[in-house]
Amino acid sequence: MSDVSMVVNGRTVSGSVEDRTLLVHFLRENLGLTGTHVGCDTSQCGACVVHVDGKAVKSCTMLAVQASGSTVVTIEGLANGADLHPVQAAFKEHHGLQCGFCTPGMIMSATDMIRRHPEGLDEATVRAELDGNICRCTGYHNIVKAILAASEAMGKAGKGKAKRAA
Amino acid sequence: MYSVSYHRASSVADAAKLIKKAGDGKYVSGGMTLIPAMKLRLAAPTDLVDLRHVPELKGIKVSGKAVTIGAGTTHAEVAANEKLKAVCPALSHLASMIGDPHVRHMGTIGGSIANNDPAADYPAAMLALGATIVTNKREIAAEKFFTGLFETALKDGEIVTAVRFTAPARAGYEKFRNPASRYAMTGVFVAKGRDGVRVAVTGAGDDGVFRARDMEAALAKRFDAAALDGIKVSPANMMSDIHASAEYRANLVAVMARRAVARANQ
Ligand SMILES: Cc1cc2nc3c(=O)[nH]c(=O)nc-3n(C[C@H](O)[C@H](O)[C@H](O)COP(=O)(O)OP(=O)(O)OC[C@H]3O[C@@H](n4cnc5c(N)ncnc54)[C@H](O)[C@@H]3O)c2cc1C
Ligand code: FES
Ligand code: FES
Repeated sequence: MSDVSMVVNGRTVSGSVEDRTLLVHFLRENLGLTGTHVGCDTSQCGACVVHVDGKAVKSCTMLAVQASGSTVVTIEGLANGADLHPVQAAFKEHHGLQCGFCTPGMIMSATDMIRRHPEGLDEATVRAELDGNICRCTGYHNIVKAILAASEAMGKAGKGKAKRAA
Repeated sequence: MYSVSYHRASSVADAAKLIKKAGDGKYVSGGMTLIPAMKLRLAAPTDLVDLRHVPELKGIKVSGKAVTIGAGTTHAEVAANEKLKAVCPALSHLASMIGDPHVRHMGTIGGSIANNDPAADYPAAMLALGATIVTNKREIAAEKFFTGLFETALKDGEIVTAVRFTAPARAGYEKFRNPASRYAMTGVFVAKGRDGVRVAVTGAGDDGVFRARDMEAALAKRFDAAALDGIKVSPANMMSDIHASAEYRANLVAVMARRAVARANQ
């Protein structure tokens, strides 16, 4: 057993876990944050993606002890109260989900992708960047649309802010 | 996953000490190979010594044509480094095609070469670049480092600390990705450096990464994809599995080699 402590969605949490506990299980079972899903046993589906120290990672392929001391953001940490994050809003608007199982991972991957591409995204880039996220329902089409729309909306909002600041 | 004890190393010396004390201990860097193997109970170390927080293992240094990459540098960092891109874009391109963004955020160059998966990308680059693998004990030429399927020259407890190479005048890497895993079903790295042309093939050979000497000879005369016309790749020592037959892989070697040369000449 090890004591772990990390900041999850802005809140400092700690717990005592078996060293073999995966981060995803710590989030779901110890913290009750069941928005992060487990879709496979082979580190391939991306349903479990969260941000650790600002980067998208598969929480099923990291031990909770490895993440101790880190800052973690899960799907539950994106919305600002009742206001959806722009990526969540775009998934809703563009019908980027059907059963919703892959959606938390898709949205966490999308926010990471948009952050890494401040210059904007095109369809080919979005599709390549989704290599690590599998969806069994949508055929990806509306997921790609939603991410492109969110990237554009966030780019405009960013520029707006920059203008106001200037 | 079986039970395991976790230890976080603060330095290379600390890591070596921790592994000595462990029963059947293993280092973990990005964990992108080891943790999935532990989840499937294909690996069952008693102890894990985490190298991810060791500052000495991180970072990329480029001075002129001399490149040193710390073993703990992630695939994403290798792919994004502007100085590396300027002297050896082929290696940046290779790193950008490993797995997916989430794997690239965690997986490291040191972990990849220490693991020496026969379908991994970096071993081909190390061999074709004539790289030196630096450990906490010694320096090993790539040629001597990769010794077979998942086998390397590393001794028990030895830590890869960095890789070093001289950037070649031209280089290119092309792989045919397994559409499910993204690993190389066949990948070819070509490099034209001061000491000639090297062609290294991963994902195809039944004994792991290897050099294609007849292609090297042909490209040394003329560094052009057409120089490879007429070179037959034998399926004799190729892997054959559910993904591809030996004959199919032999053909892929020829095709990927041409594409890699074309990319090097771009
Ligand atoms: C979905 C998925 C797709 C992938 N696709 C690809 C791909 O397309 N191409 C590809 O090449 N790879 C691929 N990989 C593997 C990935 O690149 C791994 O990151 C890499 O093989 C191992 O690096 P790591 O840092 O994660 O090592 P770990 O998993 O931490 O360790 C791997 C092994 O190396 C040992 N080790 C680690 N660091 C050191 C060190 N510094 N010194 C000595 N021993 C050490 C460990 O003890 C362990 O035995 C993929 C992985 C996943 C999960
Ligand atoms: S649950 Fe993590 S990749 Fe599938
Ligand atoms: S919406 Fe069902 S798996 Fe993606």
